Amino acid sequence: MIKNDTQSVVLVGVGGQGILLASEILAQAAMQAGFEVKTNEVHGMAQRGGSVMAQIRYGKDVHSPLVAKGSAQILGALEHVEALRYADYIAPQGLAAVSAESITPVTVSSGAASYPANVEEMLKKVFPRLVYIDAAKKATELGDVRAANIILLGVISRGLDLPLDAWHKAIKQCVREKFLDLNMKAFELGRNFS
Amino acid sequence: MQRKMALRQLLSGNEAIARGAFEAGVTVGTGYPGTPSTEILENLAKYKPDVYCEWSPNEKVAFEVAAGASIAGARSIVTMKHVGLNVAADPLMTLSYLGVEGGFVACVADDPGMHSSQNEQDTRNYARFAKVPLFEPSDSQEAKDFVKLALQISEEFNTPAILRTTTRVSHSRSLVHLEERAVSQKKVGLVKNPPRFVPIPVWGRPMRHRVEDRLMKLQKLSESISINRIEWREKKLGIITSSISYQYSREVWPEASVLKLGFSYPFPDALIREFAAGVDEILVVEELDDFIEQHVLALGIKCRGREFVPGIMELDPDRLKAARLKMEGRPVTAAKSVAFADQLPPRPPVLCPGCPHRGVFYALTKHDVVVTGDIGCYSLGAFKPLDRMDTILCMGAGVSMAHGLEKAGEQKKVVGVLGDSTFFHSGITGLIDIAYNKGSSTIIVLDNRTTAMTGHQDHPGTGRTLMGEATRTISIEDVGRACGIGRVSVIDPYNLENTGQVISEEMAAKEPSLIVSRAPCPLRERRRVGPVRTIQTDECKGCELCLGLGCPAIEGGSEKPKINELLCGGCGLCEQVCPAGAIRNPAGVKQA
Repeated sequence: MIKNDTQSVVLVGVGGQGILLASEILAQAAMQAGFEVKTNEVHGMAQRGGSVMAQIRYGKDVHSPLVAKGSAQILGALEHVEALRYADYIAPQGLAAVSAESITPVTVSSGAASYPANVEEMLKKVFPRLVYIDAAKKATELGDVRAANIILLGVISRGLDLPLDAWHKAIKQCVREKFLDLNMKAFELGRNFS
Repeated sequence: MQRKMALRQLLSGNEAIARGAFEAGVTVGTGYPGTPSTEILENLAKYKPDVYCEWSPNEKVAFEVAAGASIAGARSIVTMKHVGLNVAADPLMTLSYLGVEGGFVACVADDPGMHSSQNEQDTRNYARFAKVPLFEPSDSQEAKDFVKLALQISEEFNTPAILRTTTRVSHSRSLVHLEERAVSQKKVGLVKNPPRFVPIPVWGRPMRHRVEDRLMKLQKLSESISINRIEWREKKLGIITSSISYQYSREVWPEASVLKLGFSYPFPDALIREFAAGVDEILVVEELDDFIEQHVLALGIKCRGREFVPGIMELDPDRLKAARLKMEGRPVTAAKSVAFADQLPPRPPVLCPGCPHRGVFYALTKHDVVVTGDIGCYSLGAFKPLDRMDTILCMGAGVSMAHGLEKAGEQKKVVGVLGDSTFFHSGITGLIDIAYNKGSSTIIVLDNRTTAMTGHQDHPGTGRTLMGEATRTISIEDVGRACGIGRVSVIDPYNLENTGQVISEEMAAKEPSLIVSRAPCPLRERRRVGPVRTIQTDECKGCELCLGLGCPAIEGGSEKPKINELLCGGCGLCEQVCPAGAIRNPAGVKQA
């Protein structure tokens, strides 16, 4: 069972990938399970195609909405480089769930920087506990690439001691009726991924 | 909004402020969008028709509208970001003299760390400057409670009040208990009383005294009010703190006693003295300016603060852990650096795929000109490869500074660039100045039919109000002509040839000109501008001219550029810049 300690989760990706929705569902699930919850995310300029981070903390008593470095039980990433960029947030035994997706930043296109060629190896080196999943491909197979965030959430859910019922309620609460079925399937897919 | 609500909801600080204002019986809410404050008013507007809300053209107007409502007896709030209060500083300073009738709270959101702002100013200084009470919540529950309390105290003491949040208070979510709305019993209608509301010197001088008397009474209240509280724990270290810094302090110094300030100006001197007497040593933990620390020192109480706690950029648990180590004389271990950090390409925010501003900036790359910019999405035009913005100061300065550069004798042609919402905010007066004082700047309004950067709010040019009603659309061209600008033109920024041609012509003119670049923000429209483009690799000569557009959908870095079909906004600019004709839409659909 869950300890009384605060659980910290960091979700990262690129603006437009649905990090904020995933964060909201996680927070609602923790709330459904009876915990105090705090989340944080950045709006405005940072969202325009820049790297995006959302943080969720829950437990019996939560003070800071910000996660201290080296303390996140889980890091979920929808993009390779973003996973590596925020790797310092993860706790030593933390779980990293990373979607196999590369999005080229403009700094690379303009020749000012280059995208690392061997990201998968880098991820394996940086994260001893790594779940690597091609969430975008699997979401496309389900019918909509945009459900990649929920697949990733399904993967993450295995590392958090929140009841399945709380997750289902949270998804129902946060996604539009029209996409509910797709998102439920996406969540199950991620949760059962091995 | 009478649907039954769950007793506790997960709300952002901004949503909680809106809820608090609603529960406190606010009937008028005004503001101008600005990160991190925007969602306060957006959420308050959901309580229509109980609450009237409007986006005003700028913060000064918003402040004055809410002040008028308050003088009439209505409870009102006005919302803005920290720099917005500079624009509204004029009415703030004198509303403090007039005082208010219905509760009046200016909800001002600071942005420590400059996530989405051009400076890091600390709004707490305005409370002292204007001699008005200051409230600082540290989470969403307090955000809701404090706005209610601030409205009540404002009304009781006839004073405007400031509720100051920061990015982490406004945009963090935490659980909030919801309560019912209580409607104010005050009758609305100005009670005629010129000595009370007209600060001409003869009546203004007594007001000046009333301000000081009020401040003394407020100071007594801040010493007894429950939101200024001492949490006694170990007596070795006592921390004085407010706002989000309280939450971080509780995690980093869980054993320390804390004096938490929720009603943080005027300072609760007696409480500070009591706290100081009960602990061995005092540390002040506050973000940005040493506002509390300087006051504690002025009371003759020894304390430490800035020596350990950084005053530049926002605090977080990591920085405070380092502060603790430093204070305890222990070595501060350098944060473990991210592996491969030097191999990770930066990902700064960029103009979105399909953004209409790109066409104008790209056209400007063809000219050796000085571009004075402004506040909005288009500030991203300063980044490479577009690199077509040379200055940004504040809203409206894109117009006025262009004129100043020209009058100083700048050798190059000067072009001022600003957005549509910004034009209404404070571009108009600068334009009048150019016409009146015989300037010849070329001013370009990037009119994307919305206030985009803050999340698509309406403004006087969109034809819709915050209440969701259709309204008169104020024409930028007509305003420009009325300001005395003779040359006014409208361009479609997705047509590169025409855009370039008009910009060249207008820059060559000896008189001032106004160019309105008009195309709606595709993000707001939630659709592509046109069909997705692809690059025919066999026809591509690898000249990489398309990469000069700085479009995130065009991926370079390998042999030949590729277009990411998911990201492509379908604007067709790349098709127009490709000299080899290698960029087309696969369906063969002709660009309209």
